[in-house]
Amino acid sequence: MRLGFPLFPEQASTVAGQVDALYFFLVAVSVFFSVLIFVLLIYFAVKYRRRSDAEWPRPIVGDLRLELLWTLIPLGITMVMFIWGASLYVTMFRPPAEALEISVIGKQWMWKFQHPGGQREINALHVPTGRPVKLTMTSEDVIHSFFVPAFRTKMDVLPGRYTTTWFEATKIGQYHSFCAEYCGTQHAGMIGQVVVLPPAQYEKWLAGGGPAESPTVTGAKLFQTLGCGACHRADTKARGPSLDNLFGTRVRMRDGTTVIADEGYLRESILSPNARIVAGYQPVMPTFRGQIGEEGIFQIIAYIKSLVREERAKVR
Amino acid sequence: MMATSLSERREHYLNISYGVKSWLLTTDHKRIALLYLISITLFFFLGGAFAVLIRLELLTPTGDLLQSETYNKLFTMHGVTMVFFFLIPSIPAVLGNFLVPMMIGARDLAFPRLNLASWYIYTIGGLFTLVAAVAGGVDTGWTFYTPYSTSYANTHVILTAVGIFITGFSSILTGLNFIVTIHTMRAPGLTWFRLPLFIWAQYAASLIMVLGTPVVAIAIVLVALERLLRIGIFDPALGGDPVLFQHLFWFYSHPAVYIMILPAMGVINELITCFSRKRIFGYPFIAFSGLAIALLGFLVWGHHMFLSSQSVYASMVFSILSFLVAIPSAVKVFNWTATLYKGSISYETPMLYAFGFIGLFTVGGLTGLFLATLAVDVHVHDTYFIVAHFHYIMVGGVIMAYLGGIHFWWPKMSGRMYPEGWGRLAALVIFIGFNLTFFPQFLLGYLGMPRRYHIYPPEFQVLNVMSSAGASILGVGYLIPMVYLLWSLRYGAVADPNPWEAKGLEWETPSPPPTANFEKTPVVTEEAYAYWPKEADVG
Amino acid sequence: MPIGRRRPTLAEHHAALAHQFDDLDQQREASSLGMWVFLVTEIMFFGGLFTGYTVYRHAYPEAFADASRRLAVALGAVNTAVLICSSLTMALAVRSAQVGKRRGVIAFLSLTMLLGSAFLVVKGVEYAHKFHDHLVPGATFAFEGPHRPHAELFFSFYFAMTGLHALHMVIGIGILAALVVLSSRGRFSPDDYAAVENTGLYWHFVDIVWIFLFPLLYLISRT
Repeated sequence: MRLGFPLFPEQASTVAGQVDALYFFLVAVSVFFSVLIFVLLIYFAVKYRRRSDAEWPRPIVGDLRLELLWTLIPLGITMVMFIWGASLYVTMFRPPAEALEISVIGKQWMWKFQHPGGQREINALHVPTGRPVKLTMTSEDVIHSFFVPAFRTKMDVLPGRYTTTWFEATKIGQYHSFCAEYCGTQHAGMIGQVVVLPPAQYEKWLAGGGPAESPTVTGAKLFQTLGCGACHRADTKARGPSLDNLFGTRVRMRDGTTVIADEGYLRESILSPNARIVAGYQPVMPTFRGQIGEEGIFQIIAYIKSLVREERAKVR
Repeated sequence: MMATSLSERREHYLNISYGVKSWLLTTDHKRIALLYLISITLFFFLGGAFAVLIRLELLTPTGDLLQSETYNKLFTMHGVTMVFFFLIPSIPAVLGNFLVPMMIGARDLAFPRLNLASWYIYTIGGLFTLVAAVAGGVDTGWTFYTPYSTSYANTHVILTAVGIFITGFSSILTGLNFIVTIHTMRAPGLTWFRLPLFIWAQYAASLIMVLGTPVVAIAIVLVALERLLRIGIFDPALGGDPVLFQHLFWFYSHPAVYIMILPAMGVINELITCFSRKRIFGYPFIAFSGLAIALLGFLVWGHHMFLSSQSVYASMVFSILSFLVAIPSAVKVFNWTATLYKGSISYETPMLYAFGFIGLFTVGGLTGLFLATLAVDVHVHDTYFIVAHFHYIMVGGVIMAYLGGIHFWWPKMSGRMYPEGWGRLAALVIFIGFNLTFFPQFLLGYLGMPRRYHIYPPEFQVLNVMSSAGASILGVGYLIPMVYLLWSLRYGAVADPNPWEAKGLEWETPSPPPTANFEKTPVVTEEAYAYWPKEADVG
Repeated sequence: MPIGRRRPTLAEHHAALAHQFDDLDQQREASSLGMWVFLVTEIMFFGGLFTGYTVYRHAYPEAFADASRRLAVALGAVNTAVLICSSLTMALAVRSAQVGKRRGVIAFLSLTMLLGSAFLVVKGVEYAHKFHDHLVPGATFAFEGPHRPHAELFFSFYFAMTGLHALHMVIGIGILAALVVLSSRGRFSPDDYAAVENTGLYWHFVDIVWIFLFPLLYLISRT
């Protein structure tokens, strides 16, 4: 039956079908209990309707077994829902290791994307099928949220920190992306689209936009121009910790706590360097707030990530 | 007891004194309840007017009726008005104020002057918000998320925030009054387990009012300070954490929804028992489930924040607790249904609203499970699915219970009967209009239509048009009782003291009651809802 | 009979009984429970600020320690002593009311007011110093050292928390003044002194809030 308008969204990611299966389970349980209550209400209302004014029914105080029954059965069903939902959620939360990493900046009222090869997009996002894509996101102003209904993914995009989400697209096509956290006047205008291409076509699209500088390269340049190397070096003149092999390792702070050197830590170190001081160092690093934007920070982080001894990506 | 005819000028709380001063300086809880009734009805229709404009704009996919900024202000003001100035006060401030002393056999609440102060505080807070609306409105959403509300919005945030802050104290003082009254002023023989369940429900809601409201008050004060002084409590650019606001906000605003629903559930207990002439099934389970909801309700606020960078583990804890808080509500629904079994059921207007409540609350509550389910919430958070869910509970639940209660106790409050035919018609129109308005929104939400959007992809239009059509029917449905209830004040049949043959101390007074409620403090010897014939006495 | 103590007449009993209550016992119970419930709401009110403070102190320990060292510990300690003494005088005022010593009530309430006012004066001096040192958050804020933005956060909470506390002190002193006036008119008796007792509860609560505020704000890493 063609209605001319959709009643259900497309499934275009590996996770969509799984989310929908859980959804239909919830729908089935809801329909069952709703129909049960509606039928009982109507049945009792009709069967026990008042036939004479002198009717005064005998009281029924209660029934402990019934109370236990209708407490424990819903409890059991909800626990199934919880476990199913939580385990799928964990999958949706943890991106696979070999994901294609794309940085996302939300701002009033547009989305800015950058692919690992440096290709930039605004509002539209091209991705290949069959490959997990990890989005690392931040906002330049207020809270936004990146939502792609066809993928069943959504994650808030916050100023001052990074959030991540991931998906693996399965179906070629164009899908809506929305901003799902109210962000001001043109909140409803932050509609974009995700364009899913077969891998070969994706590569062609990447190459087709003209020369693009990878964020790792841009980051290296920024590292130079901002003078980071003056303190972050491996010799005795170093006034800051060395950044070689830093990314992903555990770092000890002056106050004894430890922190994983992830994207969020690196960003904080650039903007609020004295919030956490590495053990053995002084709080002398100046803040670069105002001198570098979110894009620049992404690029520097890409560069720092590349400073690994295991030859996976060398600075070109 | 015989009906009093109009020719006998019996003295009661309405005619014992006349003049504006006797109303504005009253300390009679019944008059204060009516003062609240007038105020919240005004705010309800104001909030409703905002809703009409919203649904009109949403008839088309483009933003052609209103400017973006205007639309954003409309949904904000709709939320603020409905949540803080209608839903939270409604049943406690109108029905609770009127009935709590009467149901426990008292002459008034513990602190009558504080009660009047509560109304003034509420009204002053409401005035601030009205001034903000007239002066141009506020566009942050009723949730005031930072840093938009503190550093980016250029609308009347502080004015609105001050209004809400002030009104919060009205809620706190009302809750305090109810707690003290219920603890210390029950009539002799009225033990806790003989209380009407409406009182248990008010008590549980009052606990939340008292414990939760101060936290949102502080959250709002901090937003106002940040806006005023440009300090960085919630703005990351100045060192703050925007998510901290969400924690402080939702710590109250989630329990707030239980402030709304618990009294509504309380009303339903009274209606179901009276109109099936039957003792409630499972009294202690209903009583304690209300307390369980109040307690658990304070532990689930993070389910509004599954996607706001909360840790996976925190989200899992909030998810499982959110499932647990659903269980006591399910227990209530089953107990109400069981109460009907072998009852003697009649279909007066209040009972129709009660049936509507149980059905719609069941749907609304079940859809809450979708939101507690982490993987599904990722998809439907901040979409129309959420909008549909909370309107099923707030409108399909709370407002139906409120209207059911207004109709049930109308004879007691006014001394008049409303016209039964019109009452039933309005209930039916509201039920139909409601479902047509909000059911399509579940579909829209799962399709991916975000909330707070006035521009949407064209394929969402048909469902939006359905929803707006339903809203027009719903609007008409709400206007009908306005008309006939006002009409009944002058032309309605004079009411008996107990037209429904209901149990409860309030029905043992004349309609309307005298100012002091009872000539002598009653002594209670029977259980609540003692609807059985004397021969079948139970212990 | 001891001077200053008079058994209240039946008329006075009834005069003191509000119309909604059945007897004085019920009235006493209600007003006491009312004050306790109100104090619980106050705990939640301050609790919001304490929560925010705790979150940021955990996030920026160095900055908060640095900022806290700019507070005048000596003045804070003096104020703590002053408040504890005022709780003592308040308790003695309640005791006087309990045994019907009207002069004692007036004397101890007045002393409490005096001590409370002393607290506010010292607080005022502290605030004036902060203003002078450009430590008030907002446009005039200046803080040397690496921790400037987070130090401003500390001071925001410092002023919000101590300001809210001071506001409660001001209100408390106002209530005490009213009690002094009422007491001098013979309003209270051993059978009816609930207002004094409940005000005592309020005063002790405000004192306890300070007992938490002082170490949290003033005594971070002062080794």
